[in-house]
Amino acid sequence: MIFSMLVFSLMVAVIFNFSFPPGSEFIDDAAAGIIWMTFIFTSLLGMSRSFVREVDKGCMQGLLLAPIDRVDIYISKMLINLIFIIMVEVVVVPLFSVFFKINLFDSIGALSAVLLLSTLGFAIVGTLFSAIAVNTRTREVMLPILHFPVSIPLIICAVQATNAVMAGQAWSVIWPWLKIIIAFDLIFFLVGYLTFEYIVEDS
Amino acid sequence: MEQNNRKDIWGSLLKIGVFVCMTVNIYLVFQFAPQEQSMGHVQRIFYFHVPSAWIAFLAFFVVFVASIGYLWKRERKYDLVAGAAAEIGVLFATLVLITGPIWGRPVWNTWWEWSPRLTLFLVLWFIYIAYLMLRNFVEGEEKSARFSAVFGIFGFVDVPIVYMSIRLWRDIHPSPVVGGGQGSGLHPDMTFTLLFSVLTFTLLFLFLLSNRMKLEKSRIALDDLKRQIAF
Repeated sequence: MIFSMLVFSLMVAVIFNFSFPPGSEFIDDAAAGIIWMTFIFTSLLGMSRSFVREVDKGCMQGLLLAPIDRVDIYISKMLINLIFIIMVEVVVVPLFSVFFKINLFDSIGALSAVLLLSTLGFAIVGTLFSAIAVNTRTREVMLPILHFPVSIPLIICAVQATNAVMAGQAWSVIWPWLKIIIAFDLIFFLVGYLTFEYIVEDS
Repeated sequence: MEQNNRKDIWGSLLKIGVFVCMTVNIYLVFQFAPQEQSMGHVQRIFYFHVPSAWIAFLAFFVVFVASIGYLWKRERKYDLVAGAAAEIGVLFATLVLITGPIWGRPVWNTWWEWSPRLTLFLVLWFIYIAYLMLRNFVEGEEKSARFSAVFGIFGFVDVPIVYMSIRLWRDIHPSPVVGGGQGSGLHPDMTFTLLFSVLTFTLLFLFLLSNRMKLEKSRIALDDLKRQIAF
């Protein structure tokens, strides 16, 4: 899974590169957007599979019968999704830096914070929605349809914050975006925490 | 039976109320309200645009409350309310997205602008389109109700976050005209017309909601009858 995600992610990055004329300066402004589009597609690819095996092979029932809190299933699935996407990001970000000729390492601390917190938000919402989508008729199609509109604030903030980081702007410019990302993470983790058990009730 | 009759009286009253208010409202909008000086007649679309937006928000709030109600009480009626309200909400949100550009073209000289409130509405529209799709793509009524209730809660909680995040961009939308502060006031006749429009649209919303629920109940009754015959 992680390998397919990685290959997919690199391909998306390379394909985006062809949408600009060679040597275009516009690419500097668009780089943050491209990075995030790559990660969003990649994370959807991974997350859409998070419950497929459990549901198809009946493993979900076993998990539900296990003497653990149901919310623990959600948290563990969410964490593994987060770890997978972060692993992809760790490989892809340096390659981006090379492909798009942007120095991302001057502000590696701020960039890591933005990447980690935004990816966490995607994992929080995506894991819950993939538990829903796996029970629908159109599985892989349903996940982005549910996921994209709800995570629009996260996409906006992640792209803007990454842009600010890459432009080497001060922490005071990045912080307002990061605040919204943190609020998104906290609020949706709470909502997911409260509602997950209603989703897996009878799977 | 007794209760049914009483319900029908309320339904008829609502129907008559909507009809009377609609008629009065059209007179108010096109005759009574004074013409706006700089925008001219095109400003009158505002009396449909703002109430539609209000109804869309109200409908989505109803979806949110009914979704919580469903997860809590597990009664079918909450799911029916949520589904009906979401459909009406999408309808009025679509009206907002249509009337907005019609007004925006002559006044802002552009059909579309990525201003916070426009973007918010578009996102809202997408969320509830997704909500309706989810309702139809899940097999089993109990499951569909459960999943859409969870998504209804997510969608509504998302609204303030969407607004916060897009507000950091430039805004060319007129600031709120009612109770907005100095220099943003409306002519008293305009305020009256606007408030009357809001009232009319709210009645229309209740009317559509009750009818949509009646229709859904009939559909369920029909399904039950079909099942009885089949066995």
